Amino acid sequence: MQILLKGGRVVDPAAGQDGVADVLIEDEVVAQVGTDLPADGARVIYVPADCVVCPGFIDMHVHLREPGQEHKETIATGATAAVAGGFTGVACMPNTDPVNDQAGITESILAKARAAGQARVYPIGAVSRGSKGEQLADLAELKAAGCVAVSDDGYPVADALLMRRALEYAASFGLLVIDHCEDPSLVGGVAHEGYHATALGLRGLPAVAEELIVERDVTLSGLTGAPVHVAHMSARGSLRAVRSGKARAIKVTCEVTPHHFILTDEALQGYDTNVKMNPPLREAADRDAMLEGLADGSIDVIATDHAPHHYDEKAVEFDQAPFGITGLETAVSLSLDRLVHREVISLNRLVELYSTNPARILGVAGGTLAPGGAADVTILAPEAPTTVDVARMRSKGKNTPFGGWELRGCVAATIVGGQMLYVSDAVPEAAVFTAGGG
Amino acid sequence: MASTDARATASVDDVAAQGPAQRTTLRSRHLISIGDLDPEEITLILDTAEAMKEIESRPIKKVPALRGKTIVNLFYEPSTRTRTSFEIAEKRLSADSLNVAATGSSVAKGETLLDTARNLEAMAPDMIVLRHAASGAPHQLARASRAAVINAGDGTHEHPTQALLDGFTIRARKGHIAGLKVAIIGDLLHSRVLRSNLLLLRALGAEIWVCGPPTLMLPGIEQFGVRATTRIDEAAEGADVLMMLRIQRERMRGHFVPSLREYFNVYGLTAERVERAKSDVIIMHPGPMNRGVEIASEVADGPYSVMLDQVANGVAVRMAVLYLLAGNPDEM
Repeated sequence: MQILLKGGRVVDPAAGQDGVADVLIEDEVVAQVGTDLPADGARVIYVPADCVVCPGFIDMHVHLREPGQEHKETIATGATAAVAGGFTGVACMPNTDPVNDQAGITESILAKARAAGQARVYPIGAVSRGSKGEQLADLAELKAAGCVAVSDDGYPVADALLMRRALEYAASFGLLVIDHCEDPSLVGGVAHEGYHATALGLRGLPAVAEELIVERDVTLSGLTGAPVHVAHMSARGSLRAVRSGKARAIKVTCEVTPHHFILTDEALQGYDTNVKMNPPLREAADRDAMLEGLADGSIDVIATDHAPHHYDEKAVEFDQAPFGITGLETAVSLSLDRLVHREVISLNRLVELYSTNPARILGVAGGTLAPGGAADVTILAPEAPTTVDVARMRSKGKNTPFGGWELRGCVAATIVGGQMLYVSDAVPEAAVFTAGGG
Repeated sequence: MASTDARATASVDDVAAQGPAQRTTLRSRHLISIGDLDPEEITLILDTAEAMKEIESRPIKKVPALRGKTIVNLFYEPSTRTRTSFEIAEKRLSADSLNVAATGSSVAKGETLLDTARNLEAMAPDMIVLRHAASGAPHQLARASRAAVINAGDGTHEHPTQALLDGFTIRARKGHIAGLKVAIIGDLLHSRVLRSNLLLLRALGAEIWVCGPPTLMLPGIEQFGVRATTRIDEAAEGADVLMMLRIQRERMRGHFVPSLREYFNVYGLTAERVERAKSDVIIMHPGPMNRGVEIASEVADGPYSVMLDQVANGVAVRMAVLYLLAGNPDEM
């Protein structure tokens, strides 16, 4: 099976490509990128002028909830939501039930992902057994089973000695440690500690709880020489710590979620449990710092922290609602609208944040359309108007504060391993990608 | 009885007639936050409470204003003072009221707040008075309910009828609120009484000071438009009103204060500290108080204390709130 994507704008920062080109896909790989490639029996798709062909987007921070919490999401529904959101790959956190802290669980996740045949799923293993923060998990075994990184996400690696040992040990297998940075002795709240939480009588989650652990992790990464990745960064002090680490050539990378670069704690008014997440929405100065970090390159990745919950679980008092919102099916539109169209970053930089960098940091396939690589392609319709329609989402989780938002830009189609797995039916431009279309 | 009813009806009509020139009703169907009220509406409630107070002086303390209205007092937290006060207010207005004491959180109870709300809703109450340990619970109830929701205290968010009765008490003693120095002292962080009072006193033009240990100060205090100090002497200096807040005995956990003894030494209201205030200062406390912790007994029992006035005024203020939220006074 050959597909020739003809005449679209191709943006591939890893290959230094930004211009009109043809992309020839043969079976599961990219065969050739160039101008005026001959069809040679391939299915030819004339890419509309207002669509952009990018290497597949990778969301390196999602919760697929399986095993154990299938009422919230399954690997199949999550991987389907991923392609609908433009993601050809997702890295799933280990805080399932049981925790992904042994090879058997990793293998079962991978088997279910293969059976689903949607986005690629990259399991992240636990740093410690049961993510309890007491004893290292069998990291080499997790790596061998297919884990691309380790994290106790949901919880920080609170113990500094355990973090140091995890960094030293994991690095020897080329396994990245991703930390949910939060000093557990400083938290216990439900919303960012500041004016709005105070006025609403909500217990605070102070920014300093995150900043302290980011500082610690940067320092430990410097000590050990091992790379560390800061998950869902939200506070300006954390960004300062990451920048300072990078300036000293410490191998620290970080990600930010769309909600942390768009919303602030002002959204707490009304106590909508769909604005309850951890880390919490912070104040305007933090949000603005995240935008700055995206623009100046200090932030490496946009990840969603996709955290689906059943609606019953969110339909309770704010104090008792679980943390987290979905993100897979809103992230790209939100980013096009709020980052690219508002000229915070270029489209080229957007592709770095969503594809080039996560592929490099995790060491997984993709991140470029260079010939010989996996034919994972995300096709954007950056100008297409779109409305966030919660009812149509593929994810089981409908817990998003962005329902009804009108945005400019969306995903037109998603190709994984040469298979056209998603074509938007909401965008007229996308019609050409459907089988027999164009 | 008929003649009593007739007289009472006349009195209630008088309230509507003689009330402040502009407003005779509230815009919001619910009373969840003092922020729902503009200064005129606050004044309307306080003026209406004056008329309600008159009813208390009668031999038969009952009027038919809310006859046929069903009010549910839904209390998820134990409360003696507030629940009793609402209940008396409801009975004096002839409402049919019932108490639902739900213990623990909705999760512990096995039924969610929203399901409880839907079940109550099916029985068509006119009003629900809600006390709940979670901030924001009344907002959620109001979204799910056709009944008017009255917040009787939600978590550490607000306690609007307490602030209204405090405002009523201050106005009754001082004649006005604008320009008064009101110092609110104690556990600021965990106080819903404080949050409602900040909104009410600011709307009515008081000069507000807050005072407490730095560990119990409000995060983001600079955005509240108040003066903040950790020195009680500074807060008390020249004050017209000293409002003491309860400190929970378990606050040593979480390292907020080292001990209750030290708390009293540094932040307790003693007779010497009262001396710094104006000579006609009034001393308030929303209750229940911890004698010898936030306030010395001789101060609590002394001549400046208006704590029992607060309790008495609570009934009249709650009658006013119930009456005004019940809807169009013309229908009464």
